[in-house]
Amino acid sequence: MPLPLVYNLESVRSRWASTVVAVLGIAGSVGVFVAMLALARGFQAALVLAGSEQNAMIRRAGSTSEMDSAITIEQLDVIEEAGEVQRTEGGALVSPEVVVVAALPLKKSGTDALVQVRGVTPRALEVHDKVKVVDGRFFTPGLLEFVVGRNAKDAYMGTAVGDAVKMGGATWAVVGSFDAGGSSFDSEIWCDANLLNSTYQRPAGLHQSATARLTSPGALDALQRRFAADPRMRVRVERETDYYLKASQMMTTFIRVLGSLVAAVMALGAVFAALNTMYSAVAERAREIATIRALGFGAGAVIVSFVVESLLVAAVGGVIGCLAALPLNGLVTQTMNFQTFSHLSFAFRVTPAVMGMGMAFGLFMGLVGGLPPAVRAARLPVAEALRDL
Amino acid sequence: MQFLPLLFANLLRRKVRTTLTVGSFAVALFLFCLLVTIRAAFTQGVDVAGADRLLVINKVSLIQPLPIAYRDRIQRQPGVKEVTYANWFGGVYQDEKNFFAQFAVDHETYRTLYPEFLVPDDQWAAFLADKQGAIVGKATADRFGFKVGDRVPLKGASYQGDWEFNVRGIYTGRRPNDDLTQFWFRYDYLMERAPPWAKNFAGWYTVRIAPGADSVQVARAVDQAFANSAWETRTQSEAAFMASFVEQMGNIEFLMGAIGTVVFFTLLLVTGNTMAIAVRERTGELAVLKTVGFGDRAVLVLVMAESLLLAFLGGALGIGLAKAFTLRGDPTNGMLVTFYLPPSGIAAGAALALAVGLIAGLLPAVTAMRLQVVEALRRL
Repeated sequence: MPLPLVYNLESVRSRWASTVVAVLGIAGSVGVFVAMLALARGFQAALVLAGSEQNAMIRRAGSTSEMDSAITIEQLDVIEEAGEVQRTEGGALVSPEVVVVAALPLKKSGTDALVQVRGVTPRALEVHDKVKVVDGRFFTPGLLEFVVGRNAKDAYMGTAVGDAVKMGGATWAVVGSFDAGGSSFDSEIWCDANLLNSTYQRPAGLHQSATARLTSPGALDALQRRFAADPRMRVRVERETDYYLKASQMMTTFIRVLGSLVAAVMALGAVFAALNTMYSAVAERAREIATIRALGFGAGAVIVSFVVESLLVAAVGGVIGCLAALPLNGLVTQTMNFQTFSHLSFAFRVTPAVMGMGMAFGLFMGLVGGLPPAVRAARLPVAEALRDL
Repeated sequence: MQFLPLLFANLLRRKVRTTLTVGSFAVALFLFCLLVTIRAAFTQGVDVAGADRLLVINKVSLIQPLPIAYRDRIQRQPGVKEVTYANWFGGVYQDEKNFFAQFAVDHETYRTLYPEFLVPDDQWAAFLADKQGAIVGKATADRFGFKVGDRVPLKGASYQGDWEFNVRGIYTGRRPNDDLTQFWFRYDYLMERAPPWAKNFAGWYTVRIAPGADSVQVARAVDQAFANSAWETRTQSEAAFMASFVEQMGNIEFLMGAIGTVVFFTLLLVTGNTMAIAVRERTGELAVLKTVGFGDRAVLVLVMAESLLLAFLGGALGIGLAKAFTLRGDPTNGMLVTFYLPPSGIAAGAALALAVGLIAGLLPAVTAMRLQVVEALRRL
């Protein structure tokens, strides 16, 4: 027969001070754990959101990122002619792009940071359909005009609509800003690809990548086969989401490794705190436990009861930890995009899955911290403990 | 001193609890040292930056090159002692995950500008004699098992094609936190096979200023010399350049501080709690001590000493483990250029441990000091 839960609740209440310590220990570990996961998830989401299942990104074979890739005008023609590429009355939905970085002063520190500048054509808005101009207008091809991503506008000085930005010896007018739904495009500045090429003294007409909207997500294989068979196309065709997933991998692995290391060490500390609390609870309640046993409750019931008590403490700690980390949700932070060494803004994402993992982590700590004391409690010699009365 | 056996006897009485408390201290200190190490890895570039070195990059951005002809013009600026240059190669060794920085360097001058990197003379001579030679940092050499004489293939990205290099030397650092992950090969070899757009361009220049010269003035002179040219420059001290890189990494400092604070308070609670329990259990004993003539002060010191001893044991264990852990190398597989626990971090950790021991012991110690003998003995 199990011991009633009320017994555990009462005993937790009577030793509230050491319970609070255990709860806070677990809450701290869970909080850090959840924050780290939210950071990694947010970074990944920022990059992955940038891609679309239905888009193919075409780069030069052997390139590691857009930065060191090249697509020639002739190759661009071949891409636009491909049957797997969607077409509208304006022509094939292909966005040839140039990506460079420029140094702009950060608002918060005044020091320069690298912003990713993407040279595009107006077609880019149709291919990257999550990108919407929210303020002002899109740039006019052939004019020195910028449209600035939402996060870039917040991060850099003098990038509001109406401002003028000096870059590469030319002065660019900021004519609009866009929202890309929290993806990495939000940290970018977009402008006319040809003007960007000439500003950066790059060969005219040479792009770095081309993103094509496919007729269906399943058309990617056919496009890959088509280009593999074409001797003019020494290119690599990837689903856009895959490209961005890979681009985010280095940083997310990094955050995960360091984050789990830190959380694991904290968990060890929290388990120690829980063990300490539960062991002293067992020591203080020796007579009580002996009485319970004398009343006819078995060793199993005592173990279950103590583990339940420990899990209770852990659950409270877990909830507090998750709640403490919750305000981080949506908080925008910045880090380096290792692909291009440019500055990237992204938001913490405290998702239900992340909180679930946090709770599981907390309960695990409760289990590990509660089981050994519970076993000790069950092993207490009944007669001896009662004699002390 | 004569109370030392009493202290140890007290600690050994509840072995499990003592172990757990020492363990909590050890864990917290281990974590603290880990955070210090990670932070040091991020700011490493700033910490080891040469005070007398300036970096000249393209004003537009780091990735834009500068003409190789700038070398002589920079050299002629007042206050400039030596100049060298390098290019970022960005090749891939076997898999993109195996990232390490590769620089094409001017083999004639690079070593003079970066004296903190130590290459044995015979190895350097071999590097000078082999156009395809390369010098590899010890950390990267250990990671991939490169040895002198090995042939290392890299897949070019910006500089297309398959490149092969002969490892001619392994460099080590003068200081423990020097970056030992770089891979240097010869600029003239890069130019031999570089595509037309890259010919006669350098990625950046490193300038050593003459002793006594003002770095701000030198930087301004260099930038002015190229103002209004097609390739304008931005010259800054190496430390400032590195700092702007760290800045871009985001709020590392803040994150480390936040985690550190959480840990610190958790630790404080755990230890304070343990000490409180220990004192509560021993109420009778302490009363007896007082009865046989121990003063209030002596009891206070006794309890405090116990707390401090716990802190010391745990702290020493945690710091020791952290040092051993950092010596095993970077756990993130090449993302951190160094993984080194600086002595200042050890000192800060030790101070922190003792401070926690002091604060945690204070309340129970005062309780013990204020203990009314009659009251306490009656409870027995």
